[in-house]
Amino acid sequence: MAEAHDRPPEQFTLRLRRYDPESGEAAYWDEHKIELEPHRSVLEAILQARDRFDGSIGIRCSCRQAICGSCGVRVNGEPALACHTHLDAAKRSGRDGVIEIEPMGNMPVIKDLIVDMDAVHWKKIRRVTPWLLAKQPVPEREYLVPKESMVDVTQTMACIQCGACVSDCLAMEVDPGFIGPAALAKAYRFVGDPRDDERRERLNDLAQDPQGIFDCTHCFKCVEACPKDVNPMGQIMRLRRIAGSDEHIVDGNNGERHEAAFTKLIKDNGLLWEAELIPRSYGGNSWFGKLHPAAGKELLSSLPTAIRGLLRRKMTIPGILKPHKIPASDLKAVQAIYDKVESRPERYELNLYIVGEDEVPEPAAASTEGSNA
Amino acid sequence: MPAHDVLIIGAGLAGQRAALAAAQTGASVAIMSKVHPVRSHSVAAAGGINAAISVDDDWRSHAYDTVKGSDFLGDQDAIEVMCSEAPGEVMDLEHMGVTFHRNDVGEMDLRAFGGASMKRTAYVADITGQAMLHVLYEQLMKHHETVARYEEWFTTSLIRGESGDCCGVIARDVRSGRMEAFTAKNVILACGGAGQAYKPTTNGLIVTGDGIAMAYRAGAPLMDMEMVQYHPTCLVETGILITEGARGEGAHLLNAAGERFMEKSAPNKMELASRDVVSRAEQIEIDEGRGVGPNGSGIFLDVTVVPRKRTLEALREIVNLGRDFAGVDITREPIMIRPGQHYIMGGVKTDVDGRTPIEGLYAAGEVACVSVHGGNRLGANSLLDTLIFGRRSGEHAAARAAAMGPPAVDTHAQLREDAGRIDSIIARSHDGRRVSEIKNELGELMNRHAAVFRDEAGLRSALETIGRLKEEADRAWIDDRGTVFNQDVLGAIELGYMVDCAEATVVGAIERKESRGAQFRTDYPERNDKEWLKHIDISLDSDGPKVSYSPVTITQWQPEERKY
Repeated sequence: MAEAHDRPPEQFTLRLRRYDPESGEAAYWDEHKIELEPHRSVLEAILQARDRFDGSIGIRCSCRQAICGSCGVRVNGEPALACHTHLDAAKRSGRDGVIEIEPMGNMPVIKDLIVDMDAVHWKKIRRVTPWLLAKQPVPEREYLVPKESMVDVTQTMACIQCGACVSDCLAMEVDPGFIGPAALAKAYRFVGDPRDDERRERLNDLAQDPQGIFDCTHCFKCVEACPKDVNPMGQIMRLRRIAGSDEHIVDGNNGERHEAAFTKLIKDNGLLWEAELIPRSYGGNSWFGKLHPAAGKELLSSLPTAIRGLLRRKMTIPGILKPHKIPASDLKAVQAIYDKVESRPERYELNLYIVGEDEVPEPAAASTEGSNA
Repeated sequence: MPAHDVLIIGAGLAGQRAALAAAQTGASVAIMSKVHPVRSHSVAAAGGINAAISVDDDWRSHAYDTVKGSDFLGDQDAIEVMCSEAPGEVMDLEHMGVTFHRNDVGEMDLRAFGGASMKRTAYVADITGQAMLHVLYEQLMKHHETVARYEEWFTTSLIRGESGDCCGVIARDVRSGRMEAFTAKNVILACGGAGQAYKPTTNGLIVTGDGIAMAYRAGAPLMDMEMVQYHPTCLVETGILITEGARGEGAHLLNAAGERFMEKSAPNKMELASRDVVSRAEQIEIDEGRGVGPNGSGIFLDVTVVPRKRTLEALREIVNLGRDFAGVDITREPIMIRPGQHYIMGGVKTDVDGRTPIEGLYAAGEVACVSVHGGNRLGANSLLDTLIFGRRSGEHAAARAAAMGPPAVDTHAQLREDAGRIDSIIARSHDGRRVSEIKNELGELMNRHAAVFRDEAGLRSALETIGRLKEEADRAWIDDRGTVFNQDVLGAIELGYMVDCAEATVVGAIERKESRGAQFRTDYPERNDKEWLKHIDISLDSDGPKVSYSPVTITQWQPEERKY
């Protein structure tokens, strides 16, 4: 606490990306020097510049405490809430100590740091039927549901709709139609809610949509971007597992088969056998699956990719014919992991609201003398 | 020109609840907000919502606690309505999808809260307001065909027809700068309090008293404006709120000597006494030199006594707030807090259906004063207030609309006037002061003279300064000359709203010559039921605020000494 409160104000340089839609001019950079204690937020710095030098700087903001979700921006190229980014940290990550602030990506800019969230973010949220389709009949009192299930969905309920994950979603950059991290996390909030009556329909919808859960490329950008630790990608992966392993939804995107093939290949060989992954993703783990006409057609269509892989030596002919080999002891260790995970009645789920056992409190916990009194 | 049966201004919990209730009757409904609905400040309500849902509980016990918490200034008929309807309302929210925490048998879990005689606060970790607000917005998306949404539209004034009824608003589309007149058979104000008239405050930057000032200017009386709640646990530097849920879960308050000083003023309830009581006790420790921190300006909130697993599950948000905004791991060490402006109990005077004395104008939530909170609001009663009176306003307004024809009103003159006012602000020459300077001075002034402890001299000097700030606000200049997202010009209008609210607060505080609830006059330190068991109403006269009184409704609980 001492260092948090005792540091004097310092000067910081802000470079703001400005855009005035009425000027007819292109976007430009605008520099301001502000003075604040280093643990104060980038939002406070922007507001100081606005209050002292230029009231026309546009940014949405309200709560200043990372709960209203208004002030999503990019700080030094990375998506963040301005109110949730400390000035000293931003200065360290900035080029030449200058803090660069731009509007979020993947959404059209309206003015300065203000983007059109309705055109992208909210449209995608509306895509996932974002309301409870409650089981009938509605009870007189509350639905009786397990404690853990409500704590579990609280992690996605904690999403503040700031758009930081949407801003830097790589899959969305390539495919703007991708439903995207925020909306899919929102979808989990209903899929994981035992009061919802259409879990399977929701999962089927999201699995069959070519721009649904299997369009995510697993890049972790949204996990890093999220200021509330919602872990959108993690929620997408959970949707996939529930769709495939629990609901046995076989989707037109080969998502479920791909995942099954992936885990089976590693279980059998200890390493991924790339050449076998694609055929099995199309035809399933059964050897005969590959002979299925639909699988054959899809296999043919991926021949050019395979040939490119061979030419660039990402694959070799022996590698196609035989899986990679690892020492038997390593393979045993890999399979022990599988045994352990598969023997558990429930899946391992990472959730911030659910932690392990209570730690034994340290003997001399909070002493008031030792701190900054 | 858009026309609706019911037009709701503000899209926090009260506004969204009103919209859903009105839409369910088949009325044509619209909801307008200067920000996207999920940015509304209801989102920051953390701890929970009170309702006597436990089989061992009774709504009368909740009502009595609320009456006592209000220091007997709350109207008991309204409190009875709120507390008796609370269980049903919370169940409705649960059915809509709010992810309330459960106990081991799957029922809603309840936590302890200040001023409550038993555990009756339902919660979603410590993001209860956010969870409820987002679930209501889910419902608005679901009912998009019956509820029109004007998101990011700023209301500039209320329209009153020839008969004096409220029949619409003038508003500006923030995104395009276009001005428009909206007619409506009924208007419901649900646009929150006026916390930004104080600095620091727990309230968001958008909480600028818009609804209170617009109603006041249109002729509606304000009530109990002197009653301003200081929340006992706000971060010393930024004023950010640490939920009362922390103390509900068992956290202690400690002074520099490491003593649980609440023993002195509330030996039974300790840290869970009413907020006014706890804030005063803290301020006394600070003023008498027993505070902690660099200038002795804080108090320690010790959450380490709460089991860590429980803290991470049920107080997750304040773990983050401590880490990110104070650099403290609250599961390992105490955090420095102090009282900070949080809520205004006063507001636009209404009855239990949200009706103001102006026909066709309703108010619900923090903007309104029913009054259910009287001199001091209990923690976790504000979310309840927004839902109960939001719903009742929506239902009543829809029923009124069904029985009347469309309002006949010519809005052109007022539309031109408001547009002209905005143009003139934009055109102001730079010879006065900046909006931000005036706002800062106002906030610091209010926090000095209209805070936990007040006296005549301080309040008088505050009133004088407000008079000057009012004139300065009328000439305050801005930089932005554009029309798209001109937040600068809206800030100038908001400043005027805040000055009006501050003035009413100070006038009320001067008028009430006693100490009750959140109003503690060091020059009148006792509660005086004989002379002051009454509401103070303030209306805008041609030469400023005019004071009158109205009686407090007492049904079953006679005033008694208040001890925790």
